[in-house]
Amino acid sequence: MYRKLMATPYLFWVLCGTIIPLCMIMYYGFTDRTGNFTVSNVLAIFQPVHAQALGLALLLAFVSTLICLLLAFPLALILKGSSWGRKGFIVFIFILPMWMNFLLRTMAWQVILEKGGIFNTLLTTLHLPTLDIINTPAAIVLGMVYDFLPFMVLPIYNTLMKIDDNVIEAAYDLGATKGKVLKDILLPLSVPGIASGITMVFVPSLTTFVISNILGGGKIYLIGNIIEQEFTTSANWNLGSGLSLVMMVFIVISMGAMSKLDKSGEGNFI
Amino acid sequence: MKKIKMIYLIVIMMFLYLPIVTLMVFSFNESKSMFKWTGLSLRWYKEMFTDTQMLSAIWNTFSIALTASVVATVIGTLACVGIMQMGRRSQTAIMGLNNIPLLNADIVTGISLMLSFIAFGFYLSWGTVLMAHITFCIPYVILSVMPKLKQLGAGSYEAALDLGASPFYAFRKVVIPDIKPGIVSGFLLSFTMSVDDFVVTHFTRGAGINTISTLIYSQVKVGIRPTLFALSTVIFLVVLVVLVLVNFVSGKDNGEEEFFYEVAQG
Repeated sequence: MYRKLMATPYLFWVLCGTIIPLCMIMYYGFTDRTGNFTVSNVLAIFQPVHAQALGLALLLAFVSTLICLLLAFPLALILKGSSWGRKGFIVFIFILPMWMNFLLRTMAWQVILEKGGIFNTLLTTLHLPTLDIINTPAAIVLGMVYDFLPFMVLPIYNTLMKIDDNVIEAAYDLGATKGKVLKDILLPLSVPGIASGITMVFVPSLTTFVISNILGGGKIYLIGNIIEQEFTTSANWNLGSGLSLVMMVFIVISMGAMSKLDKSGEGNFI
Repeated sequence: MKKIKMIYLIVIMMFLYLPIVTLMVFSFNESKSMFKWTGLSLRWYKEMFTDTQMLSAIWNTFSIALTASVVATVIGTLACVGIMQMGRRSQTAIMGLNNIPLLNADIVTGISLMLSFIAFGFYLSWGTVLMAHITFCIPYVILSVMPKLKQLGAGSYEAALDLGASPFYAFRKVVIPDIKPGIVSGFLLSFTMSVDDFVVTHFTRGAGINTISTLIYSQVKVGIRPTLFALSTVIFLVVLVVLVLVNFVSGKDNGEEEFFYEVAQG
């Protein structure tokens, strides 16, 4: 019996660090500055500035999630088949960049993509037309793909590694083509990893304010930027909380979809 | 086909590591500008040791990361033992709660904690950042330790009790050694996430407190001092060397593959 009690500090921490804070957002989101009940903070999402920011954030998050998926699945397949696909080494390669500060890594793309930057200098020397994407939504998508790609690769790789090679060989022995093995075996069996990867890229992309701030030149507003400003410069916590509640609807939807597709939690990224 | 696969791998690796290499190169640049190369210099590495604002940011970053990951590891490991004793339904419910900070957006975690700290009269400071970091570190510890504990089962602990060990002795001598890899990777993962965190710190820090991340963010608009590139290069290289060394040293008796995995998770 006393062993159950060992979880007490943790349960206390969950209560104070997770449950109460979420209730606080609810409270602030549904009250005005004087503490009276109101729905105007939540309905403020329909103001054009806010609706546009949410729409753009959804679009960019969708595009970057799709690109991550398209890049990560073949990558995970190659890693599964390659000789240096030892699990520890792969995880190492994808976690190591996190030890270079996330803000600086994102900043570095500014240097790379800038008009006179490394990338364009290279293009000019090759007599190719220059690529001018810094301070555009395209640069933000690139930043999102760069920062969150590991969170797509690792879960997919983990589920692919769990597939028994005998199953694949059996399929080939029974006359399946490469395409059929991919479509009927590899893809269906990696659904938990794909679902978990999609959530882990979509949620941070949808809610970021840092990437849009650094690579968007401070002129492109995503819903994250609006919320951040309400809490820092404008100091309207009620409005910020109301908009966060709307944003959380999309987070909850994608978390719900993930738990449906990944019931046993095997698509975990660690 | 093999060639195409190889090229694909190389392109992705370049994509992942190009920005890191760029930062390292510019940490040796003489000029302050990020966009012009004027010559090789160690100027920024020297400045690193005299910039008091930066020294305090380094201190805050690592003191918070170390304290948060130690506290999170202790609370998380104890919690796993307790949760294992509970019924199936409470286990699922708790694991669901455990996933919230992990999957939730950082900005939501940050503002929700900030609102609570202020509502309960905490003054935003080093302490509030620490509490916030412990909150998002515990779930990583639980996710790393729980599977190891499940693998172990209750048998060996009960056997130790039957053989006359006290519960504490049995826990220390039987349970802990078996779940140690999970504890280590939970700790390392927490430490990494804490050092790399910006968003949660941004909302829960007081005006006077800076970590390396918030210091960088405050300079984004005005141009980042290359001293910060130098610092990040040093941190990155230290971590790289430590990971490789730990792997090399322990690789002989521990089964190279497995240890690399544990360490690399951090």
